[in-house]
Amino acid sequence: MSVFINKDTKVIVQGITGGTARFHTKQMLEYGTKIVGGTSPGKGGQEVEGVPVFNTVKEAVETTGANASVIYVPAPFAADSIIEAVDAELDLVICITEHIPVLDMVKVKRYMEGKKTRLVGPNCPGVITADECKIGIMPGYIHTKGHVGVVSRSGTLTYEAVHQLTQAGVGQTTAVGIGGDPVNGTNFIDVLKAFNEDPETYAVIMIGEIGGTAEEEAAEWVKANMTKPVVGFIGGRTAPPGKRMGHAGAIISGGKGTADEKIRVMNECGIKVAETPSVMGETLIEVLKEKGLYEKCKTH
Amino acid sequence: MNIHEYQGKEILRKYGVTVPNGKVAFTVEEAVEAAKELGTQVCVVKAQIHAGGRGKAGGVKVAKNLEEVRTYASEILGKTLVTHQTGPEGKEVKRLLIEEGCDIKKEYYVGLVLDRATSRVVLMGSEEGGTEIEEVAANTPEKIFKEEIDPVLGLMPYQARRLAFNINIPKELVNQAVKFMTSLYNAYIEKDCSIAEINPLVVTGDGKVIALDAKLNFDANSLYRQKDVLEYRDLEEEDPKEIEASKYDLSYIALDGNIGCMVNGAGLAMATMDIVKHYGGEPANFLDVGGGATAEKVTEAFKIILSDPNVKGIFVNIFGGIMKCDVIAEGVVEAAKQVGLSIPLVVRLEGTNVDLGKKILSESGLDITAAESMADGAQKIVSLVK
Repeated sequence: MSVFINKDTKVIVQGITGGTARFHTKQMLEYGTKIVGGTSPGKGGQEVEGVPVFNTVKEAVETTGANASVIYVPAPFAADSIIEAVDAELDLVICITEHIPVLDMVKVKRYMEGKKTRLVGPNCPGVITADECKIGIMPGYIHTKGHVGVVSRSGTLTYEAVHQLTQAGVGQTTAVGIGGDPVNGTNFIDVLKAFNEDPETYAVIMIGEIGGTAEEEAAEWVKANMTKPVVGFIGGRTAPPGKRMGHAGAIISGGKGTADEKIRVMNECGIKVAETPSVMGETLIEVLKEKGLYEKCKTH
Repeated sequence: MNIHEYQGKEILRKYGVTVPNGKVAFTVEEAVEAAKELGTQVCVVKAQIHAGGRGKAGGVKVAKNLEEVRTYASEILGKTLVTHQTGPEGKEVKRLLIEEGCDIKKEYYVGLVLDRATSRVVLMGSEEGGTEIEEVAANTPEKIFKEEIDPVLGLMPYQARRLAFNINIPKELVNQAVKFMTSLYNAYIEKDCSIAEINPLVVTGDGKVIALDAKLNFDANSLYRQKDVLEYRDLEEEDPKEIEASKYDLSYIALDGNIGCMVNGAGLAMATMDIVKHYGGEPANFLDVGGGATAEKVTEAFKIILSDPNVKGIFVNIFGGIMKCDVIAEGVVEAAKQVGLSIPLVVRLEGTNVDLGKKILSESGLDITAAESMADGAQKIVSLVK
């Protein structure tokens, strides 16, 4: 088991003829992901890495039976692509594109109200279920199959956490990058809920960063609902206020969104927070040992 | 992106938001000339810098005649203002806004901002104008009123009306306030603002609703479609190293420490600053080289880090996913050769093509300290710069 994606997920790549998309289509196919089609307006009928290209998402879905899509379309056109995918009633849309105008995302979110589609991202590394399905841009080889779920606002910090776990012999179920933008689809709570309900996931690492209050809300949810241990990390403890730290969402404004406040709330809610980014894996293992879950989570 | 108050008012005026008449001045003579043209009894001389709290720092003066305009303009121009938003080094005033004075009856606060929790734009208002809204929120939260805006409908008249009544705008001026807020919302949406704050909005003795101050910030992701906004960019308000970095698509922010950091990914870059600090060091910068960095970009990143005279050592922390370690290694070697590196360099490489990357570094003949992990690298660079 896993969350959101598995070996049966059928994926189309939106914007498949672009350079980045071509590269990652190849990588995803090599990992074993079922990429069944792609879209690129006006290039229908072509092939990329042996994958058929369609003019519209609707046509691609009708022809291939895809239930998920991944978007590599440039930022000015990405909101339109998300809406096109939602309109085609896909179960899951993962948007990798960064720098999408915030007000475009406000419209996207409004359009998605009441729709069945789950959006992950934008500005995210994607979702990977170890050994089954990789949708996005993360390096596949660092992941090993196991029982820890990972959810993060940051791409490279997700890799860091997964790598530490794999090095320590602890595998993962699914790693979900929810992205660093202020307006995004799936949030921490959505992913935590899914991990809570997934029988194969025994524990979760949640990686947040400065800006907004999503981590605090997630921590409160964990306290009230989560039956599995959660450990955390917050990036940006030393970031100065008022400066946007790369991610559009990573900014401390009006005294809100500081790392210290997030860590305080997470601790209060029973989430053990790693002191430094290099001990995310260690911190989880300590907790697994405390809860008697370590043996069950070890892969070798 | 930030712009100056006078520029914000220019934009708002086009959208029908009432703002006082005023002119920008770069010299004392221009300031006096502007005041003459305005022809009003009382003029306000306002420092134009990208930071709030100007009044308290002595950057806003009311002049009762042209002589006073001259006195205040010469006093403020060239002065370094230190406010709670400028940092201790302050900001030098290079532009003034000369504005007609107005008969203020009462000050209010009105602002538009994105609410991350609801993914909607929210209109906020308070009758506690003139003070920092964060202070009002902390001390008297019941005095802040909010209206969540549906992006399909836009700001509805009833919402603006409700807010106006809630913050006790005199009832004969409510319709004017509604028009004001609607115009402000239109500007916010059409210009891709991230913040549009009017603090204070004032009601005048002659019954007008006016934006006495205006703070507009813009979504950096939308500037490609806001060419006219981009023209308002004031490079003198930005750090030259940050400007240089933006030319190469590098995300760089200058800090006060002495350890230069070069990292891929914003999250890891922040975490790298944190871990340097954890081991007793002080990061000199935040720098995310991004996912698609080439050897050339890495070289430029190095030059920018080294252009900061405080930098006594560099920590390169890379987790190659899409970014391949050999590309980074080549860039590092190339940069070190070009700039003639004379300070300690610690490199931690992990991820895609890591072995190849390490080989390139070790065979380069450069004095590079290899690190096995983030923690190892942070400890090494901290001890090397001490």
